[in-house]
Amino acid sequence: MSLNKIIVSLLCATLLPVAISCKKKSGDSIKIGAIFSVTGPASFLGAPEEKTARMMVDEINARGGIDGKTLELIVKDSAGSPEKAISFAKQLIEEEKVYAIIGPSTSGETMKIKGICEEGKTILISCAAAEVITNPVTKYTFKVAQNDSFGAQKICEVMKKKGIRSIGIVTSNDGYGIAGKEQMEKAAAKNGIAVLISEVYDKKATDLTGVLTKLKAKNVQAVVNWSIVPAQSIVPKNMKQLNMDAQLFQSSGFGNIKYAKEAGEAGEGIIFPCGRLLIAEALPDNHPQKALLMKYKKDYESKYGEDASTFGGHAYDALIILEEAIKKAGADREKARDAIENIKDLPGVGGVYNFSPADHLGLDINAFDMLTVRDGKFVRYTE
Amino acid sequence: MSFEQLLQYALSGITNGSIYAIVAIGFNIIYNTTGIINFAQGEFLMLGGMTAISLSSFMPLPLAILAAVVITSFAGALIDFLFIRRLKSPSVLGMVIVTVGLSIVIREIALHIWDEKVRSLPYFTGNEISSINIMGAFISPQVLWVIGVSSVIVVFLGVFFKFTLTGRSMRACASNITAARLCGINARNMVTISFMLSAGIGALAGCVVSPITQTQYDCGTSLAIKGFTVAILGGLGNSTGAVVGGIVIGLLEAFSISVLPLAYKDAVAIAILLIILFVRPSGLLGKKEAAGLKEF
Repeated sequence: MSLNKIIVSLLCATLLPVAISCKKKSGDSIKIGAIFSVTGPASFLGAPEEKTARMMVDEINARGGIDGKTLELIVKDSAGSPEKAISFAKQLIEEEKVYAIIGPSTSGETMKIKGICEEGKTILISCAAAEVITNPVTKYTFKVAQNDSFGAQKICEVMKKKGIRSIGIVTSNDGYGIAGKEQMEKAAAKNGIAVLISEVYDKKATDLTGVLTKLKAKNVQAVVNWSIVPAQSIVPKNMKQLNMDAQLFQSSGFGNIKYAKEAGEAGEGIIFPCGRLLIAEALPDNHPQKALLMKYKKDYESKYGEDASTFGGHAYDALIILEEAIKKAGADREKARDAIENIKDLPGVGGVYNFSPADHLGLDINAFDMLTVRDGKFVRYTE
Repeated sequence: MSFEQLLQYALSGITNGSIYAIVAIGFNIIYNTTGIINFAQGEFLMLGGMTAISLSSFMPLPLAILAAVVITSFAGALIDFLFIRRLKSPSVLGMVIVTVGLSIVIREIALHIWDEKVRSLPYFTGNEISSINIMGAFISPQVLWVIGVSSVIVVFLGVFFKFTLTGRSMRACASNITAARLCGINARNMVTISFMLSAGIGALAGCVVSPITQTQYDCGTSLAIKGFTVAILGGLGNSTGAVVGGIVIGLLEAFSISVLPLAYKDAVAIAILLIILFVRPSGLLGKKEAAGLKEF
């Protein structure tokens, strides 16, 4: 092989999607497909989701599977690309004939493959947040991540208590940011809070002092930054550098301690809505989620040596819901779908799930708590 | 708009502009020797930043940055040695395509060495919340570091390309490679040196901007696109031009934000870039005659 050929094949190898599948031939196993953006811009969602899913499946199989049926997990890395998600969804449904698909990690990808799963009569348990995924309800699509609107409403409630009447909103120009912008504007209007300015920044933005100067000039009392990109640590730093004293609120996307660490001292005092995983230790012992949260945290952190995040928790919830469904319905996919709709009082990482034919999310606004950053740690926010 | 606000937009523009400029300088070095654009330049920045961040956990910051610069420039040499040097007929287009491929490979390798997480170096002076008050407007001390380091690099490169034998040989290679060879210049070695130099400078840039922009395995691409734009605006191959171009684009963006929604920032910057290039195709400080000799 000439060197040129080696170079070409090397390039091809890296360009090809990194599809990792663990093939295990066994008579009585159930194939579960997973599409996560393990790499790419949404990798901080997909990477912990993939790790969590693998950990859970190993654990289930180690204890002999669900009623004797082992699980076979097929993970596809979409790298955050809806096009890749579409082809992987088709492949999983048509070729692998999976029992159900968990993921994708982002709302944009989920909306693109929702129709494919409905057509293929395959259960889809999305790990993304956008409300439109399960509103209106469609037959085979479920989701486990809290709605954006819950977070927006929670933020507005805190603002009202703090006497904040005028705000500025900045969001990233991706699916998450755009959906959040809409929900935040809606919630603010409902709560009588004036949105003086609402701006969208590039998801790869590296410095935001320009747009924050504009917010500062409007004298907003609070800034809401709704994104899942690294700008979450840039906004607080830039605000402090500009000597802005407005209160900063962020979305649940901030629920990853590394963003607080990146923001350093500038991150102190940020208020954001989030699931309870990050404050599991502080929950009262009789809280329905406490035991499960502590276990997930311990298992994940001891296995991977990194902090557990609420995003990994979405994959955890998707799997425990599937586990419940398989327990009730066995290998019958149609019955499994009905079984999910009947799940009640199931504690998960994201909250306590109560599904119904009219509610394919199963969570309400109480799934969120308000957190803040104190001494570089996430703590429960109290007035 | 009050004076403070005006000044604040200007400082914000300078912040972004200085980042663009320091990236653009790296493009110019390889262009000056080979006449090609190295599309893996952004990856040198990322490599420098990431290496320094990893090293800074067990050595003092200045030493970590120095080591990162050295390591990255060797990576640059390795790239030239493994890929560019072995091209049988190194056409400009062929080399450009190789660098595009390399940028993808380096990104994937970085993803495997480190991971997908965002990191950053500590602020060189002060921390996340320190800012310097200039007549009512504020700027992070790190921006002064970026501007300072860019200026030093510009002066260094100016002296290097104008007055040293190596620098002049490198420029000779870009002007006419055959003539340079006839004069006894080892063109291949000059290309290696230019890759080392631009990787080293890229790494230094990656370290200096890291506290502001944060570093991630794929952060090189977006930095490189802006850097490339700025290099063209300033006049390819001209380091002073890169700084002027960077500040111009940064200021334009910042003032466009003050009147238009932020989303139009890039559109405004690119529109103005196009207008300038229609009027002056060789860039703000580029020389027409010099540009005429290059393939692009």
